[in-house]
Amino acid sequence: MTEPLVEARDLRRTFTVRTRGEGRREVVAVRDVSFAVHPGEMVGYIGPNGAGKSTTVKMLTGILVPTSGHLRVAGLEPSRHRRRLAQRIGVVFGQRTSLWWDLPLRDSFALLQKVYRTDPARHSANLDRFTELLDLGRLLDTPVRQLSLGQRMRGDIAAALLHDPDVLYLDEPTIGLDVVSKGRLREFLRTLNAERGVTLMLTTHDLQDIEAVCDRVVVIDHGTIVHDGSLEDLRTRGGSTRTLVVDLVDEAPPVDVPGATTTRVEGPRQWLSFPADASAAPVVAAVAAAYDVADLSLQEPDIEQVIRELYAGR
Amino acid sequence: MPAVPVPQSAAPHPSLYAAVAARSFRRYATYVAATLAGIFTNSVFGVITSFVYVAVWRANPTAGGYDVTDAVTYVWIGQAMLMTVCMFGGGSPDALASRIRSGDVAVDLYRPVSLLGWYLAADLGRAAYHLLTRGAAPLLVGGLLFDLRWPLGWELLWFGLSLPLAVAVSFALRMLAALSAFWLLDDTGPRSLLNFLAVFGSGLTVPLVLFPDGVREVLTALPFAAYLQLPADLWLGQRTGVDALAALGLAAGWAVVLLTACAWVLRAAERRVVVQGG
Repeated sequence: MTEPLVEARDLRRTFTVRTRGEGRREVVAVRDVSFAVHPGEMVGYIGPNGAGKSTTVKMLTGILVPTSGHLRVAGLEPSRHRRRLAQRIGVVFGQRTSLWWDLPLRDSFALLQKVYRTDPARHSANLDRFTELLDLGRLLDTPVRQLSLGQRMRGDIAAALLHDPDVLYLDEPTIGLDVVSKGRLREFLRTLNAERGVTLMLTTHDLQDIEAVCDRVVVIDHGTIVHDGSLEDLRTRGGSTRTLVVDLVDEAPPVDVPGATTTRVEGPRQWLSFPADASAAPVVAAVAAAYDVADLSLQEPDIEQVIRELYAGR
Repeated sequence: MPAVPVPQSAAPHPSLYAAVAARSFRRYATYVAATLAGIFTNSVFGVITSFVYVAVWRANPTAGGYDVTDAVTYVWIGQAMLMTVCMFGGGSPDALASRIRSGDVAVDLYRPVSLLGWYLAADLGRAAYHLLTRGAAPLLVGGLLFDLRWPLGWELLWFGLSLPLAVAVSFALRMLAALSAFWLLDDTGPRSLLNFLAVFGSGLTVPLVLFPDGVREVLTALPFAAYLQLPADLWLGQRTGVDALAALGLAAGWAVVLLTACAWVLRAAERRVVVQGG
């Protein structure tokens, strides 16, 4: 396996909070977190508000010093080599912009070429490609203040990528976007990863972002990683179940087949649940063999439900 | 260690700062109506103040070592410098202060550039625009309406040298006020204090030459004198030769000291954000 691009070991960050009456209090925002991200991975980083997502991202980008633990990004210690690291990473905030408000998009891009000292030929090749992929052609000469949120977001993403970063951090990139814009953005991120092998780290509250883009999801809560694996793993986690909804021709007592339990009966309709990691085929076959079935449908475990359980489990 | 080579140095090319200054100039140039309205206002105030000064110098024709032509010229230089040095505050440090309040300053920290260099370049670009529009236009208006003294030769050279120093000194002071937002979150207090000191200490309300001995010397030695009193005295030929050089040296000294203070405060601010979180 290749060398990890991002490597965190026992990463911890505490803040001192002063409250009236109680005096000083230590708050652990990130508690001994360990993970590694390899080149080309697309990792979703999720957790409820205050879970420690932003604190982690701030440490990864070098604008916050870890209290303890080991952290390397692209071989650099982020907080000590923030400016050098800046050449290797791109950062996009859904709620902040790195573009210049009064200037046309084109001018912001031209300045960024100088900021990152990107090779001019490389810069213009990148600009052409991102202009095409993000459909920025008509917007290049528009001042940023006149762009819609979705347009501005596309501009910001191009801005974060023009210097060919190895890693792109996206902090809630789809916040406030409409369904179509979200879809296009997700498609762009997949293309970016496939075409250029850019490693993506995405924090979001929109699980559809994760489903559409990420092949791995890290869940953090109360400063601790509670899940690190594929989305499938997350689905099947913690006794999670799939549900077979059976419409019988006639009303019947609860269906009894091996490998599944009937959880609900409503007239001729019955709900059978079985472990999420088991195949649906034997259950379907058993039901069809023993009963007169009018219709069948399968419900996958609701990932939001799984995550709610994860959060609540702590 | 990393598979991809790491660039040895991340210092941006000097042309970056030139580009920042040029973009800043263009940014202000997009607001034509604001510029025209400002020129009109500067001109009206110039006319009113000129009449006041004419009356004062009629009563005392050699007040402060100026004659009436010097005094009226001083008024119009004041109107020209007013926006160039942001006598009432503003410019790129204001933008920084609002980015500190909103937290957008985090985006600035992700860039491999010097924040101080960036904001200084932006303010120099702004100052160049304001000098060419809100500086030059009222001077022309004043020249059409009143008899003004125009600098030639050395006077013009000394005056020209004092302009970037005036902007640098005023930028550094505005920047220090803005950076207080890292600790205070709201920089209104320091900014109001600075604006008061600038308007008073630069000689905009009353030329510093009119102050009694002692007070005048102290005010002239302070950095605010570099905003207006110094450029005006160089323009008017009140300070020439070695005296002019010494005065410019003092202004340059203030610029270096204050910009160094900015760099130091900025480093403390970055450390505060980076170490304590923001």
